Amino acid sequence: MIKRRDLLTLIGTIAGSSAMYHAMTSLGFASESAYKGPLRLAGDPKGASVLILGAGLAGMTAALELRKAGYKVQILEFNSRAGGRNWTIRGGDSFVELGGHRQKCEFEEGLYINPGPWRIPYHHRALLDYCRRLNVALEPFIQLNHNAYLHTTRAFHGRPQRVRSIKADFQGQVSELLAKVTQQGKLDEAVTKEDQEILLQALRAWGALDRDYKYNANLGSAEFRGYSRDPGGGLTADPLPSDPIALPEILRSRLWLALQSFARYNFQTTMFQPVGGMDMIGKAFAREVGDLIRYNAKVTQIQQNGSGVTVSYVDAVNPSAVQQATADWCVCTIPLSILSQLPIDVGAPMKNAIEAVPYAASVKIGLQFKRRFWEEDEAIYGGISFTDLPIRQIAYPNYGFNRSGRGILLGAYLFEGANAYEFTAMTPAERVASAVEFGSLIHPQYKDEFETGVAVAWHRVPFTLGCSGEWSDAGRAQHYRNLCQIDGRIVLAGEHASDLPAWQEGAILSSLDAIGRLHERVVKT
Amino acid sequence: MMMRLMASLIAVLTLLSATAAIGQDSAAGRRTFSDGYRFVEMTGEELFANVCQGCHMPDAMGASGAGTYPSLAANKNLESGAYPIFLVVNGRRGMPAFGDMMTDGQVAAVVNYLRTHFGNDFQDAVTAKDVQDARR
Ligand SMILES: Cc1cc2nc3c(=O)[nH]c(=O)nc-3n(C[C@H](O)[C@H](O)[C@H](O)COP(=O)(O)OP(=O)(O)OC[C@H]3O[C@@H](n4cnc5c(N)ncnc54)[C@H](O)[C@@H]3O)c2cc1C
Repeated sequence: MIKRRDLLTLIGTIAGSSAMYHAMTSLGFASESAYKGPLRLAGDPKGASVLILGAGLAGMTAALELRKAGYKVQILEFNSRAGGRNWTIRGGDSFVELGGHRQKCEFEEGLYINPGPWRIPYHHRALLDYCRRLNVALEPFIQLNHNAYLHTTRAFHGRPQRVRSIKADFQGQVSELLAKVTQQGKLDEAVTKEDQEILLQALRAWGALDRDYKYNANLGSAEFRGYSRDPGGGLTADPLPSDPIALPEILRSRLWLALQSFARYNFQTTMFQPVGGMDMIGKAFAREVGDLIRYNAKVTQIQQNGSGVTVSYVDAVNPSAVQQATADWCVCTIPLSILSQLPIDVGAPMKNAIEAVPYAASVKIGLQFKRRFWEEDEAIYGGISFTDLPIRQIAYPNYGFNRSGRGILLGAYLFEGANAYEFTAMTPAERVASAVEFGSLIHPQYKDEFETGVAVAWHRVPFTLGCSGEWSDAGRAQHYRNLCQIDGRIVLAGEHASDLPAWQEGAILSSLDAIGRLHERVVKT
Repeated sequence: MMMRLMASLIAVLTLLSATAAIGQDSAAGRRTFSDGYRFVEMTGEELFANVCQGCHMPDAMGASGAGTYPSLAANKNLESGAYPIFLVVNGRRGMPAFGDMMTDGQVAAVVNYLRTHFGNDFQDAVTAKDVQDARR
């Protein structure tokens, strides 16, 4: 019998790499991405013009590709910068939220917080490809840090537990239970005798069980859950094991819930972040298409007829005079929270779809501390601690490791649920103060080391009025295709027109799909 | 606009120092935090201050950026209690639905609060039963 790997080598040499790719896919090696490599728009658009609304990643992807294909392109953008939700806040930046509260970020130079997108899964092939083509340097985003904490106010007297020990103890004791029922013959119907032997070996190896298939405090389990004294040198070299947490305690604490945050496809290693802040991506796009963008242009109406599109807009700073821009076609990437309020000439199916998508609540809070105590005192280098406190997460910076001096924590990351609304309803200063208050229950150093913070509540962000489109299954079934269909001369794109809600990949893939269809129509007419 | 900015800036500064000085009476202590998906706030006033004002603002005047949150102050649309009940339960356009996050009593409380504050004076209170009926 020929082995799979050998077969692949064979196909590779005989038929070239595209056959190889197809073979790999059907054999289950390469996973399917909706991204098929750089877009090729064949055919002459004969000088056709396209007006793009919004200079987020969806809008700038469309601009870059359409100009390359020969279109005349113009972008109207509400903000005075490109990138949209792709955004980083650094020391010296200011930001005014809806309601008028102005925050000036007082972070030390070089320190930053990503208030929106912050991590990129390895399977977001389109986004990664643009990063490569546009020279955006990436570094690892650490999702799973075994030495970060899982925390609940309802167990362990509120003391945070290391991810490492919860994971090892849960895995170890579940293995012990399974080994026990296996040995009692209770799996005889489900598993052959031969396989039961292998299963027992596997459980011992995977669960760190001892010779008797028990999970105990010993140097074997310590290799998984950690030592009470680490191996050393010289006369203090001998390590000491640590005591496992009993299974009932783990079960009742519900801390096992957090383990899926490391296991799911969207959060599996390797994840990435751009070096220097997420907005390096938006800035890289703007280097390519910045000359096409008209900033501070707030779109107020979108009209079309048989021969073209007319978009009305006002100066966002000085909105007295209405101006108009015209083009043959329009790619609109304005978030639906805003687009649903604008007069737009589209048919009922698209209009109903535009009105069918509520926008999720989300809050992120960045906190600057005098020293990186999480590294110095607690050996936590990057990653995320999870808690059932209203702040939900504390995320440690994945850059500048082991440096002395200041550092920034993500002191809260709320998404949906009651707390996200409650934090949105506060003033920025209250949000920051609350994040410090709650966070100090996990890191008591907060009280002495905290300096300054910024808080972004996405429903108060003037250019999105919300975090992201929150499709229900029923809403998607009824409206999604109508949202994405070309209506006359208008096509929509953006995160909301994708099945990757609240991911940048969704914004880019929706844009590529929309302009591919638009181009087909243009070259046909 | 400038005046309003200055006022809020001063509010921010006062708040920061108040928090620092009082300690126990911290911001986290004064606010209500629910412990699950649903809201624990019960009175209309609490619900407004912890939920609605996130978008419609503490004075219920709404706000405007690239899009707008409508003002609920002196708002004729609140005349029929059924309308705000429908919106809170089902949401509308970008506004999320709160039907799953609030009980009938909570929805009624916040609607009644809105309809009798911020320049609204509609005295015919809605009931939890009205909300229950609207959910069907
Ligand atoms: C809290 C949070 C966390 C996230 N985490 C991640 C993550 O970890 N990884 C990830 O990949 N993604 C993440 N996302 C999602 C990601 O940010 C979005 O999917 C993506 O940036 C959306 O791009 P877009 O082009 O569709 O929309 P946008 O970036 O919103 O672009 C739309 C543009 O339209 C402009 N506009 C709006 N109204 C008007 C108007 N009236 N006239 C003119 N212009 C207008 C806006 O200013 C904006 O520039 C997160 C988002 C949030 C909010």
